[in-house]
Amino acid sequence: MYQRLLMGSAALACAALLAACGGGSEAADEGERVSINPDPYPSTYVPRPSATTLITNATILDGVGNRIDNGSVLIVEGRISAIGTELETPEGAVVIDAAGKWLTPGIIDDHSHLGVYASPGVLAHSDGNEITGPVTAEVWAEHAVWPQDPGFTRAIAGGITAMQVLPGSANLFGGRGVILKNVPARTAQDMKFPNAPYTVKMACGENPKRLYGGRGQAPGSRMGNFAGYRQAWAKAVEYKRSWEKYEAEGGTPPARDLELDTLAGVLSGDILVHMHCYRADEMVQVLDMADEFGYKVSSFHHGVEAYKIADYLAETGTCASIWADWWGFKMEAYDGIPENLPLVHNAGACAIVHSDSPVGIQRLNQEAAKAWSDGLRAGLEITQAEAWSWLSANPARSLGIFGETGSIEPGKAADLVIWTADPFSVYARAEQVFIDGAKLYDLNNDSLLPVTDFELGQPGEGDRK
Amino acid sequence: MIRPLLIGTALAALACALPVASAETIAITGGTVWTGTGNAPLRNGVVIIVDDEIAAVGGATLAVPEGATVVSANGRFVTPGIFSPFSRTGIVEVSAEVPSNDAFAELSRYSAAIDASDGFNPSATSIPITRIGGVTRIAVAPSASNSLFAGQGLVADTSGGPASVTLQRAFQHVVLGEGGSGLSGGSRPAAWATFRAALDDARQFTRRYITSSEGGALGRVDAEALVPAALGRQLILIQVHRAADILRLISFQAENEDLDIALVGVTEGWLVADELAASGMPVIVDPFDNLPGSFESLGSTSRNAGRLIEAGVPVAIAHLGSDAHLARLVLQSAGNAVANGISQADAIKAITSVPADIFGLGTLGRLETGAVADVVIWDGDPLEVTSAPTTVYIAGVEQSMESRQTKLRDRYLSLEEGDLPFAYRK
Repeated sequence: MYQRLLMGSAALACAALLAACGGGSEAADEGERVSINPDPYPSTYVPRPSATTLITNATILDGVGNRIDNGSVLIVEGRISAIGTELETPEGAVVIDAAGKWLTPGIIDDHSHLGVYASPGVLAHSDGNEITGPVTAEVWAEHAVWPQDPGFTRAIAGGITAMQVLPGSANLFGGRGVILKNVPARTAQDMKFPNAPYTVKMACGENPKRLYGGRGQAPGSRMGNFAGYRQAWAKAVEYKRSWEKYEAEGGTPPARDLELDTLAGVLSGDILVHMHCYRADEMVQVLDMADEFGYKVSSFHHGVEAYKIADYLAETGTCASIWADWWGFKMEAYDGIPENLPLVHNAGACAIVHSDSPVGIQRLNQEAAKAWSDGLRAGLEITQAEAWSWLSANPARSLGIFGETGSIEPGKAADLVIWTADPFSVYARAEQVFIDGAKLYDLNNDSLLPVTDFELGQPGEGDRK
Repeated sequence: MIRPLLIGTALAALACALPVASAETIAITGGTVWTGTGNAPLRNGVVIIVDDEIAAVGGATLAVPEGATVVSANGRFVTPGIFSPFSRTGIVEVSAEVPSNDAFAELSRYSAAIDASDGFNPSATSIPITRIGGVTRIAVAPSASNSLFAGQGLVADTSGGPASVTLQRAFQHVVLGEGGSGLSGGSRPAAWATFRAALDDARQFTRRYITSSEGGALGRVDAEALVPAALGRQLILIQVHRAADILRLISFQAENEDLDIALVGVTEGWLVADELAASGMPVIVDPFDNLPGSFESLGSTSRNAGRLIEAGVPVAIAHLGSDAHLARLVLQSAGNAVANGISQADAIKAITSVPADIFGLGTLGRLETGAVADVVIWDGDPLEVTSAPTTVYIAGVEQSMESRQTKLRDRYLSLEEGDLPFAYRK
């Protein structure tokens, strides 16, 4: 079910939806209408050159539940051309013998703050929370992404090929997220995932009420949180209606409101909601609110109590983007358990391993492995091949990019990782990372170890020395 | 017996009064035994426990005493109880809920006198969670919150029992570098001035305080508390990262040879590995530290632990993130150090005997005759993230493998609502 609502299949569909966002660009019968450009900071990402490449003899997890031993993957023009055990080598193809190694889809982290809370964590790099008001749907994470964050290069060494960079969780509506290809670049636009939908970050619970309540402002309670969301949605409903009326009937165009552009985009189904929410009861309240205003929650983030309401998540096609084992750092994280991911998966819901951390993003494979094995010990029989869906396919679904990446299937982008060993082993390392077929990381080749401007000339020079 | 490890202070003995153990002999047989001393593992090894002590460790030919309870570890792995060398486990329940968090004390007028064991709670929910992860001993440090002197830390076991403090006031925790600078008025030189003046206050105690309650840097109570550290009778555990700061500390230590100093953090240690090795100071590092998170850690690398070990520095491994609740992840940290070049034997040593030695508890953290019988049996390679303990012994006593987390898990394993709500499943 969530495939459909997350627009999993198509760049084309995304583009069409974006074009419809917040007002049409088509001329109506009464002449030219004012329209809103839905994509004013377009992606300038260009795949790097790639060779026709055959990776052979690998143990492959295809990301959609299958394991192929002694398997091969053929990359042609940056896309997966074939996957199987008996692939022929095209003339002139580069052949990579991956005997003893494993091959998986690139890992996609749907919760990162790389670039907006960059390393070093100095005050000047604190760009992830617009803490000047609880509803800031008008701010966009991409406007703050610093491409020179060394965290991007550490993440590629962990097999990360794409990620969502989100605003923080201080606000009820924190602003728009941005989906990036994990390629070193001069600009955020050069990293932007082409044709990916926009997302918006929302936050439940303790953070907004503590921050604003502490200042004597609203919200000061969970009641206030909901009042804040609902008032904003109510305004967005009016805004959307006024633009639709204008498109149909002409007249004076409505006044542009950047905050409501984002919220109306959610109500139109163009912008995906990613909501920081820990407690089980609170997530179900949010599902009712989504029904009240007619939108969908793509994924609950952190979802420390998702295991308690995994049936609700399955029923509504809502993902849960969660840690393997974080707990206890605040009250709403008190009931975290290591079996959260497998329990959510087992209920038929969409489970995702996320990081929310420049450290965690470097080893999401280990985080999945921990949760998977804890699940097995609790009697939750999930194969390793199924569990890999937590790392690539499901995050891609939550971001509306599953038609393009997140699994090894013919036609998809060749976003791939060759691992030195079983990636559920603590000893495994990402050896080679391909993004759109271009090898952009090689553990054993210094010329393929990127160094950001910030680290150039520093003592470690990108953890290379 | 456990007594020699208590280093004889009256307070420690008070805190650790042992229950009388009934004589019991346990033989763990057939496992792959890592002794924690840096040696290769014993295949098909035998570990004999008598009461609270390791009586013998050997290969398959080691005789099992008559009447011993035999525990088969066939196909499994055996290690000493894991020793987390730096954590806040047991002094924090919920980090953000200030009344339940005893790690910080920003508004206190005291610093060096703060004694973390006054706030240690063996019933904290993090204790069983840490224990069933295979960690049997934890060093617990207060956080520096109003001074570069954080106060005194302790070592405890994770049994959750009323007498679980192994060593009270095991160390004085000090923060230098950027952290110490911020807590000392704003610069490293200011931090060093404070540090030296405070040590001087303690060395001059009580003379300096006869006519006044204030010393050069410390009030009477803090100065008195700092006396054991200033006289070399208590470990000083100093957080420091930048290579230049480590060098500064090495020269300070050379001028103050009577002090017992260990370092924690040490992300740029590899840049001065030879100098560190020559100093003899042991270090506690986290192999996850590989980002330039601040200007004092620009040289961070995953290979720090390996390079320090290679240079001959005694290296303990800690999990410094989420230190109140996830001290058990010290095993994942150690496994990642192996992925970055150190041997499995060195990794296990870094989370068992090296930490024990740093805190002067030489009968902990190893499987050898006479050691305290903290023993863990694992269902796989202990450093693998997919492995877990099956049995945990602390001082010879088999421990409960239940935690609040396992109870929550069992409550929600099935979401089928029965006739009664979930609250009745317990």
